[in-house]
Amino acid sequence: MSAANIQVSETPLVLYILRRADDALILGHRLSEWCGHAPMLEEDMALANMGLDLLGQARELYTYAAKVEGKGNDEDKFAYLRDVRQYRNLLLLEQPNGDFARTMVRQFFYATFADLYWRAMMRSSDAMLAAIAAKSEKESAYHVRHSSEWIIRLGDGTEESHRRVQAAIDELWAFTGEMFSVDDSERGLIDAGIAVDPAPLRPQWLKTITGVVGEATLVLPDNNWMQQGGRSGRHSEHLGHLLSELQSMQRTFPGATW
Amino acid sequence: MYTQALNTSDGEDRHIEDARRAAQFQARIDADERIEPNDWMPAAYRKTLTRQISQHAHSEIVGMLPEGNWITRAPSLRRKAALLAKVQDECGHGLYLYAAAETLGSSREELVDLMLAGKAKYSSIFNYPTLTWADIGTIGWLVDGAAIMNQIPLCRCSYGPYARAMIRVCKEESFHQRQGFEIMLTLCRGTDEQKAMAQDALNRWWWPVLMMFGPPDQVSQHSDTSTKWKIKRFSNDELRQKFVDATVPQAQFLGLTIPDPGMKQNTNGNWEYSAIDWEEFKHVLAGNGPCNRDRLAARRKAHEDGAWVREAAMAYAEKQRQRSTLQAAE
Repeated sequence: MSAANIQVSETPLVLYILRRADDALILGHRLSEWCGHAPMLEEDMALANMGLDLLGQARELYTYAAKVEGKGNDEDKFAYLRDVRQYRNLLLLEQPNGDFARTMVRQFFYATFADLYWRAMMRSSDAMLAAIAAKSEKESAYHVRHSSEWIIRLGDGTEESHRRVQAAIDELWAFTGEMFSVDDSERGLIDAGIAVDPAPLRPQWLKTITGVVGEATLVLPDNNWMQQGGRSGRHSEHLGHLLSELQSMQRTFPGATW
Repeated sequence: MYTQALNTSDGEDRHIEDARRAAQFQARIDADERIEPNDWMPAAYRKTLTRQISQHAHSEIVGMLPEGNWITRAPSLRRKAALLAKVQDECGHGLYLYAAAETLGSSREELVDLMLAGKAKYSSIFNYPTLTWADIGTIGWLVDGAAIMNQIPLCRCSYGPYARAMIRVCKEESFHQRQGFEIMLTLCRGTDEQKAMAQDALNRWWWPVLMMFGPPDQVSQHSDTSTKWKIKRFSNDELRQKFVDATVPQAQFLGLTIPDPGMKQNTNGNWEYSAIDWEEFKHVLAGNGPCNRDRLAARRKAHEDGAWVREAAMAYAEKQRQRSTLQAAE
């Protein structure tokens, strides 16, 4: 790979925006991997649709991060010319698609969080973040509805679907804690009314999750050990493979316009 | 019993009745009326349309695969979003078309099973591999361009549900075609490497795209009745010529060379192209193209891997139905 990584001036605000942009890009990319391979045509469309929503959010956020940073970076440089250690997405979102149950549980955990998060973000004192939140909230509300309905259908469907969706919940649960954690770089932004403090969103998130999981005749795991690391670039082994595919063209043909 | 006896008309009567209906049907076609699902139609008309519309639907679905191959590798976020949206549109086209085919009395499941079993065809073009990003531009520019040439006349096809599906499909298709051309334009205005990539893609796709219009007129088996019934309004060769004439100036604008050294413009202004390798076409249709096995394997895998999801959805719907019946009884 011949194209060099970009340097990013990670002020707290730039870092904050990039974390959200990376979340949206990585999950959008994962959903796009389903294209043409879903269990039914309607789901092919729904997964592509949600992937597109997320890509759209990523593009707005990267563009805003570039503006705030003011160093000549842009959406494509952020997406294509940072390596694993520079990516800031949640570990949950880089997890492989697995079977349809795994994809839906990942979607359900994140969308339920994102919906609360964007609604809170609409009150940000940063006008651009508030505007992006107002658009994203409409999309995440749809993603919550879609994924909750599938959790219920799969949980309360057949024995096999019940077993698969329960296994997916058990596997992915340890990645949910990271959504609610805050580090020092975010603390100042939260105090300034720019960023959302995710910790107070957790009771509502848990209430929604518990309700849907209960209706689906499923249970949440007892194990509450939570994995962390994505926000500071300590990822799972999955992200490197995702990025080599995502970035291959820009790395092979540095500086070209597409 | 009484009425049953009356209903048992002899073969002769039915034949006369059908001949009368066939004449009325043809008169409606000749008057450019639209045939709708509840109207009487000759069994062969129903069969031809079911075959054509379902194969068209299968083509949309299998056609998601060659382009889908590049979604995760698209070179910019803008291109990635556009490609994902395009492939999503194609899935939507498949859904419209299966719905149109279902108005003729076959279920989508039956039709899909025929395709997965290799008994129903899809467009020959989707059996070619997408090897570089330029293939994505070329598919938009040429494959969608050829599809539009084929589909615009179908907007006036005699069968109403098919014609209406085509109007919606063509709107989106022409948008895809412009997007594909724009990818090519960007490549051709880019670095030498990008331009070479564009030329290589054109070299590989040109002849397979010309084959999309089907066999030459003298050997096309479906054309006669399809023309009489106004399912088809132009012959394969007419549409192919129209496509070539529209495409040559576009290639010139891009600065690309069409891989047909014998091509020349005749006095009518039409571009005369060299002989098409119909042997290759036959092989691809018979299942021996470069990707036939991979395409069917991918669709079968999606179908088989997804079976438990579809079963779960049905089991849940059935439970819900029983619960609401119980509730109503209480």
